[in-house]
Amino acid sequence: MTTRIALASLIAMLASSLASPLAAQGLTLPEEELQQAEEFDDDGEGLTVTVTADSWQDLGIAIASFATNENVPTPANAEGTQALGHELARVVYADLRNNGLFRPVGPDALPRPTYPQITAPAWGTWRGRSAEMLVHGYVRANNDGRLTVGCYLYDVILEEELVREGWVVSPAEWRRAAHKCADLVYSRLSGESPFFDSRIAYIAETGPKENRTKRLAIMDSDGANHRFITNGQSTALTPRYSPDYSKIAYLSYTDGNPRIYVYDIDTGRQTLVTQSSNPTFAPRWSPDGRYLLYSMAVAGNTDIYRVPAGGGASVRLTFSPAIEVGGSYSPDGSQIVFESDQSGTQQCYIMNNDGSNQRRISFFGGRCATPEWSPRGDQIAFTHIVGDFHIGVMNTNGRNMRTLTNGWQDEAPTWAPNGRIIQFFRTERNTGETAIWQVDVTGENERRLNTPVGASDPAWGPVLP
Amino acid sequence: MRNAVILAATSALALAACSKEPPAELPPVQETQAPVVRATPTPTPTPTGPVAGSQAHFATVMAGRDVIFFDTDKYNIDSQDAIALRAQAEYLLQYPAANATIEGHADERGTREYNLALGERRANAAKNYLVSLGVGESRLRTVSYGEERPAATGSNEQAWARNRRAVTVLID
Repeated sequence: MTTRIALASLIAMLASSLASPLAAQGLTLPEEELQQAEEFDDDGEGLTVTVTADSWQDLGIAIASFATNENVPTPANAEGTQALGHELARVVYADLRNNGLFRPVGPDALPRPTYPQITAPAWGTWRGRSAEMLVHGYVRANNDGRLTVGCYLYDVILEEELVREGWVVSPAEWRRAAHKCADLVYSRLSGESPFFDSRIAYIAETGPKENRTKRLAIMDSDGANHRFITNGQSTALTPRYSPDYSKIAYLSYTDGNPRIYVYDIDTGRQTLVTQSSNPTFAPRWSPDGRYLLYSMAVAGNTDIYRVPAGGGASVRLTFSPAIEVGGSYSPDGSQIVFESDQSGTQQCYIMNNDGSNQRRISFFGGRCATPEWSPRGDQIAFTHIVGDFHIGVMNTNGRNMRTLTNGWQDEAPTWAPNGRIIQFFRTERNTGETAIWQVDVTGENERRLNTPVGASDPAWGPVLP
Repeated sequence: MRNAVILAATSALALAACSKEPPAELPPVQETQAPVVRATPTPTPTPTGPVAGSQAHFATVMAGRDVIFFDTDKYNIDSQDAIALRAQAEYLLQYPAANATIEGHADERGTREYNLALGERRANAAKNYLVSLGVGESRLRTVSYGEERPAATGSNEQAWARNRRAVTVLID
């Protein structure tokens, strides 16, 4: 958990703590910093940026090492808060760079600002490096063992502060403060909602194709804090984080049959989503976390059901003799997009959340599978099957279909919390090797995520509170 | 001459298992399979062979007919599937103490959750056919593995045809 500090108190805290260290630390001359940094800048990665009037993507953003008021030991970094400040800036830099929308320059290639300079940037230094935007920050160890992290975005040309925010985090969650800072910068410059401070549940894959080990795993949005949840003794599939991140619903063959379990992350306990001898699969949370959708096969016929997340009676939502499976709620929870093969092939349908008013929305060529409603509400991502599998998006009425990827088998899209990026998994022909990829909703910036082993079934959760 | 070669081939378990799907082999194999089917229902347990009513015995006697195959996205029982299921039913009626699991599978060219549903359909189609032949419903359990347990690991039509299947396995 982070605690947002009121701006006024943050400024007050910063001002009071600045009073004494200022004298002790002294001010480093910008010229000296510049020299040091250029010696350090061994990869020649300076700021060489062309700015066009309407393209904030091309902004030159310098992300300098976060300063500390006093270099003290912290569980977050073996070398203390000064080294931690550098790592914080590196996480911010990696977030913004990997996102593909900016061309940031990171702390390894930049001079280190002093603690007082965090609120009074050495403008000349940054102008001299052609930076248009400047990210500064600080980290301070509190008496209670927690860390205060401040984040500032400056317009170097205007010599003006654009936005600032501060967070108090436990040492174990120091990376979250960096993600919050990246979110602050991203939101302020792009006008989009934040998304970096979020997590992903997925299936880690190892072993030969005919006997693949599939384990439930979780990680931060940048791949850090990776953790395996299940040991791989039984196949795990299709996880979904609850909206508050306290639970994961997923499919497991624990008892030899495919069944949905709800795994409690704190206690490590798991419960069946519904007491039934029938197989259950394709779990989906409602946006408020109060309900779960699941698909259940009865005598071979699969339909979609809804059950209160805390337990209770299930409600059957679909009744056709065809396969109805999956489902994804609209952000307001009023509608559900799902797939059905009642027309003869997999196509996408929408119904009200009580199962009424079912209607097909996909009428383009090929098949429509695994639809996922954007958190912004305006689009639906899906697996477009045209022989090969591609990731597609369409309006909620099925119009304006666009294909975003072109792999041999790209499937199972999941939205970033801000609805600007889609993750999916790509399977390689013959080997069956899988990896998680992501692509912007514009179709740009396609890239593969780093995971320790093979990866499939990504499920991106909301921005952390 | 030609028939003799085919007969020898079908006696090999592995080849018999994939006799249906490779199109090139289809016409001759289909013709020779019928007599083979009628030849085996009377099990002649060898003294050293597997115990009658066990999975090992069932697999040996079935000689490939413990597996049936489906077309893409389909789950209907065709005439060839019916021949295999009749052989399974005869075995199960002969050994009334034996219970079986029918595993439904799909090829990798489907989305994961749809494949789980499709595997359910296929396993149940096989089960229903066995029940229609007199096998007690309570003796038959179904499980779908979707695309998770491929029998053939290639990414081509031949491999996919081998993976779209329902497999009957006795519960030892």
